Amino acid sequence: MTGEVEDIADAGEAIEIDEWRRVSGLSVAVQAFRTLGQAVIPAAFLLFGASRSDDGIGMVAPYAVPIIALIIAINLVPAWLGWYRLRYRIGTSDVRLEQGIVSRSARSVPYDRIQDVSLEQKLVPRLLGLVEVKFETGAGGKEELKLAYVSEAEGERLRETVRALVEGADGAEALPDIAQGQGEDHAIAAQGFAAPATMLFAMPPGRLFTYGLFSFSLVIFAVIIGAIQQFEFLLPFDVWDYAEQYVRDEGYFEAGKYLEGMDMTARILGALYILITVIGVGVLSGIAKTFVRDWDFRLERTPKGFRRRRGLLTKTDVVMPVHRVQALVVSTGIIRRRFGWHGLSFISLAQDSGSANHEVAPFARMAEIAPIAAEAGFDLPDGSEEWRRPSANYRFDKALLSAGSCILAAFAFLTAEIVLPPEAVGLDVGFFIMLALAVFFAVQQIYLWHYDRHALDPAQVISRRGWLAPRTQIANRVKLHSVEIAQGPIARWRGYCDLVFGMAGGNFAFEGLALEDAKKLRAAVLDSIASVDFANLPR
Amino acid sequence: MKQKIPTSNPLYCPYNAPMDDTLPDAEPLTPLDPSYTTVLRIEGLIITIPFVVGAAVLVSADAVPPWVPALPVLILAILLIGVMPLKRYRTRGYHMAGDRLRVVKGVMFHSDTVVPFSRVQHLDVEQGPLERLFGIARLILHTAGTHNASVTLPGLAHADATAMREDIRQHVKRESM
Repeated sequence: MTGEVEDIADAGEAIEIDEWRRVSGLSVAVQAFRTLGQAVIPAAFLLFGASRSDDGIGMVAPYAVPIIALIIAINLVPAWLGWYRLRYRIGTSDVRLEQGIVSRSARSVPYDRIQDVSLEQKLVPRLLGLVEVKFETGAGGKEELKLAYVSEAEGERLRETVRALVEGADGAEALPDIAQGQGEDHAIAAQGFAAPATMLFAMPPGRLFTYGLFSFSLVIFAVIIGAIQQFEFLLPFDVWDYAEQYVRDEGYFEAGKYLEGMDMTARILGALYILITVIGVGVLSGIAKTFVRDWDFRLERTPKGFRRRRGLLTKTDVVMPVHRVQALVVSTGIIRRRFGWHGLSFISLAQDSGSANHEVAPFARMAEIAPIAAEAGFDLPDGSEEWRRPSANYRFDKALLSAGSCILAAFAFLTAEIVLPPEAVGLDVGFFIMLALAVFFAVQQIYLWHYDRHALDPAQVISRRGWLAPRTQIANRVKLHSVEIAQGPIARWRGYCDLVFGMAGGNFAFEGLALEDAKKLRAAVLDSIASVDFANLPR
Repeated sequence: MKQKIPTSNPLYCPYNAPMDDTLPDAEPLTPLDPSYTTVLRIEGLIITIPFVVGAAVLVSADAVPPWVPALPVLILAILLIGVMPLKRYRTRGYHMAGDRLRVVKGVMFHSDTVVPFSRVQHLDVEQGPLERLFGIARLILHTAGTHNASVTLPGLAHADATAMREDIRQHVKRESM
């Protein structure tokens, strides 16, 4: 492409087909703000450090303002140039994006390949009324086309226009003549969007709070330790020196004596205090995380598909066309299951901020999940299925391998205790831990034998797996792409195999099936797949 | 959107119901072109050469008695040139039905994949220099699935591979998504 940039339309006007446009000028501010944030904080630390080591703040103060001003200027110029040299075009058959200050890159994404258009608002762009528009291609999230940033209204218009054009490219029922780019066509597209949307699922603060209670997380401790490592030079003392000194001076001995001085009640109370603090922090951080991520969670059924909005600081707005849903995942946790809480997500070609699943009802009752599943064209298991288990040999081998190795380790500890001199301590503890682990693994496999199962119904393949986070996966038979039977050496000897389905955007496998079962399943599923051509799939 | 298939439909196969009189996947597999073994042997030879050179250097330096490096290299050569190519050739095979291709492979880790033609996105026929020398080719089927995004069938006579590609392409009505 040549570098000429004649008559580029300003953002904010009505979108015309085949016209080069620029993103909003305010995105320079966002870009500058971001790099500034990265640069100013270290600069501040630097100045702060210098002021402490030298003759005090007086030495540094005169330079602070020019230095920061220089940083701003250095950041602003490339940001502005980047904005000036970036242009995009909504064409008749593709979306194009050209960018680069010196070396130019031109990317073109045909409408055929666009899976979805999503909008995302991080905190700073949100304050400025900007959105990031992503054209998702299902290429693993890397090769997608992003426009950062356009105004909110422009984002909405872009999404409507492109979506209408995508529908046209798909040869679907809707708007084949939209590609001509006449004004009234956009009016039709806008009308389609304005049609009433039905609310399928929402999470009021009360529900969010319950969800947060179940999202216990100790990540905060890792964050604190990480922060200490990062910013320890700001602390008035050296943490690691302190810890080292504590060990060297036998501080723990003092502490032990202090503990010894207390009576039993005080000790138990102390231990309880620590336990409750840890649990309290875990629960609080779980609640905070949930509120930030899922604030104002709304799932609506619009004529264009499922529309999900959520987020407190980073707002996201995603629309998933119904026919792009490849499979459903109903997941839960070992504890929340007892209280009847489940989560529903869709597996689709488009990515949801890095994860392949789109959460559509992260924390809901089964009664709330069922209508959403029905809306997506899936049936939840209702007990009429003929559930099958993985092969008994598979379970037995798994139990033997995991529990057996633990028992071997336990015996190793036992012999070590007999052979080694009596000074070696902790061996009996190791023995009991290994024995307990062996029992745990055996019990786990027995539980899984009762829980893990799969079924084939006329239109779907269903699998239910897992003990800590049980999940039920439901895939549409005609939307699978290939079927593989895989066997390792042990599996071949013992007569079981893994049945792996090729599914767009996700993994779907039944592990440890009896070979005969797998072959029958495969034959049945393949007949369903082969009977519908890819081009005739409901899209 | 969902296509409800009635239970009376023959496509619906509950486990306990007898399938047709034939067991699934009972059809005989077509073996690959015999020169595939030769190509594998040459590839094995190429892998072995650096080890032979290394062993020769060790022996000429008088660092160790000659049999110490010679024995493992000999075993490696027998495995890579003598045994494995034949085993791999024997375990590989394919079956082309009217609407699907079945690819079987694996000596230790067995894999048996079926791709319906209606799910093929696009097709490749590839030839390396060695393969070109012996007139064989690889047929690669690309699907939209994340798992098995491309299924490779090596060791076909080049004419067979192109014929199969044309055959399968008849079924790929439209390349999209």
